[in-house]
Amino acid sequence: MRRLICALMMLTAPVAAQSEEVVLGLSKDNVAITTSFDGSEILIFGAVKREEAINTAEPLEVVMTIAGPSEPVVVRSKEKKFGIWVNTEALEVDSAPSFYAVATTGPIAQVLSETEDLREKVTIDRAIRSVGAPAEITDAGRFTEAVIRIRQEKNLYQLLEGQVALDQQTLFRTRIDMPADLTEGDYLTRIFLTRNGKIVSNYETTIDVRKVGLERILFNMSRQQPIWYGLMSLAIAIFAGWGASAVFSALRRN
Amino acid sequence: MQIYLPIAEVSVNAFLLLGLGGLVGILSGMFGVGGGFLMTPLLFFIGIPPAVAVATEANQIVASSFSGVLAHFRRKTVDFRMGFVLLIGGLAGAALGVVVFNHLKSLGQVDLLVKLCYVGFLGVIGGLMFIESVNAIRKSRGAAGGAPAKRRQRNWVHALPFKMRFRTSGLYISVLPPIIVGLVVGVLAAIMGVGGGFVMVPAMIYILGMPTKVVVGTSLFQIIFVTAFTTMLHATTNFTVDVVLAVLLLVGGVIGAQIGTRIGVKLKAEQLRVLLALMVLAVCGKLALDLLLQPAELYSLGAAGGH
Repeated sequence: MRRLICALMMLTAPVAAQSEEVVLGLSKDNVAITTSFDGSEILIFGAVKREEAINTAEPLEVVMTIAGPSEPVVVRSKEKKFGIWVNTEALEVDSAPSFYAVATTGPIAQVLSETEDLREKVTIDRAIRSVGAPAEITDAGRFTEAVIRIRQEKNLYQLLEGQVALDQQTLFRTRIDMPADLTEGDYLTRIFLTRNGKIVSNYETTIDVRKVGLERILFNMSRQQPIWYGLMSLAIAIFAGWGASAVFSALRRN
Repeated sequence: MQIYLPIAEVSVNAFLLLGLGGLVGILSGMFGVGGGFLMTPLLFFIGIPPAVAVATEANQIVASSFSGVLAHFRRKTVDFRMGFVLLIGGLAGAALGVVVFNHLKSLGQVDLLVKLCYVGFLGVIGGLMFIESVNAIRKSRGAAGGAPAKRRQRNWVHALPFKMRFRTSGLYISVLPPIIVGLVVGVLAAIMGVGGGFVMVPAMIYILGMPTKVVVGTSLFQIIFVTAFTTMLHATTNFTVDVVLAVLLLVGGVIGAQIGTRIGVKLKAEQLRVLLALMVLAVCGKLALDLLLQPAELYSLGAAGGH
C-alpha cells in the first residue's frame, strides 16, 4: 500500500524556453488518509530533458520542496509565574506551512544562492512568513524559530540535504517520509534545477492529501452538521451503554 | 494496529485505547466511580489534544452512566424529582462551563485551567479519601464499637426558602442547595470532562442529607443528561468530539467495568478505598509536576483565529 507505484506521468514543463526541462514521476500523486493511515512515503523521480550537450563546467544540482497548506499559527511561550509554568506571550505567525520538506543534492548553501532562495522561498525559514509582531514583543524571531523546532521534532519540517540522488546529471530521485498527522490539502511540490546556485529550470505539481472513506464522512459531518454529529455520538453512547448492561445481565442469568 | 482519529487528527494504537478503556473500566467497576477523572488525564498523557480529550470523555461518560443507571432503575433507587432539580443547576452550569472553556481557549489558557482544576480536585478528594479510609482501617482493627456518626442533623440547608418534598429521599428541603450542587458539577463536567460523581456523591450525602442508597442512582441519572448536554455543546461550538476515540474507549470501558465489579467483590472496602486514594494522588502528582517543573519545550503552537 505504502509503496504503491503508479505509472510514470509524462508531463513536460510549461516553459519551453528553458534549455533543460524536468520530466517528473511520482510514486503517487495523492495521499489517502484512511482509518489505518500511519504516515506515507513518496518517491519522487524524474529526468532532465535537454536538446544540447551537457554543460560540464557547472554541475547540475536539484532542489525539491513539498509544502502542505499554509495557515496562520499562534505561538505561545511559557514563563514561570506564581511557581507554575503559564503561557504568557503569544505571537501569530501569519503563514506557516503545515508540512514542509526540502531535499537537495548537496548542502543547501552551495546548491542555491541567497537571492534565489529569497525569491522562490525555498528554505524553511523563508517559507514561514511573519509580519507585524505586536510592539511588546521585541524578538519575534524566537517565535518562528519555535515553530520550526517543534515541527522538525514531529518530522513535519524536514531538511534533507544531499538526499536527492542524481545520475549522469540526468536522472534524479528521492524519497520523502510524511508523518501520520498531516493536514488535508494540496501539497505543492516544486523541483528546481540549479547551476552554480542559480535556478535554470523549475517545475511544479501538486500532491493531493485527503481524508477518505469513514474519516472523510465523520470529519465533514462534524463540521457541516454538528448537531446531527453530536446526536449520533450520543446515540452510539446510549446504545453501547444499554447493550453492555443487557449482554452482561443475560450472561449472569445463564 | 494504528488508527487515525478523524477529529483529534493523530494516529494512535487502537489496542492502547482499548486497553486504557478497559483499565479505567476495571477501576470504575471496582470502586464504583465513573472514571472520567482518571481517563481524561491519561488521554492527555498519550498525546490526545486536551480539548478533544475533554469533549470525547463527556461522550463516553454518557455510555458508562447509562449502563450503570439501568440497574438502579430496576432497583427503584433513583430519586427522579431530586434528579430533575439537580439537572436544572447542572445544565446551567455546563453552559457556563463551556463559555468559560471557550473564552480561555482563545486566550491560550485552557490547558492550564483544566490541569489546575485536576490538580486541585484530585489532590483534595484523594487526600480526604486516603485519611478517611486509613482511619476506617485503624478503627476496624481496634475496638469494633464506638458511637455511630450522627446523621441528618438540621443545619443551614433547612433554613432556606423554596422548600420542596422529595419523597424517594424522604426529604423536605429547599431547592436552592441541590441547584447549586448541580451548577458546580455542571461547570466541572464542561471544563474537566468528568461526570462529577466524585464531587456530587459526597455533596448529596453531607450537604443535602440524602440516604446513601438513592445517592448513586440519582447522581448517575443527573450525570447522563449533563454530560450529554456538554457533549452537544462541545460538538457544536468546538467540533472536538471524536466519535472514533469514544467508541474505542467505550468498548474497553464497558467490558472492563464488568470485570472490575467482580474483582471489587473479593476485596475489602477500606483497602479498595486506600488503593483508589493512592491512585488519585498519583495522577494528581504527575499533573502537578508538569506544572511545576520547567517543560522541555517552552513554546507551544495553536490554531489561529477567534480574536
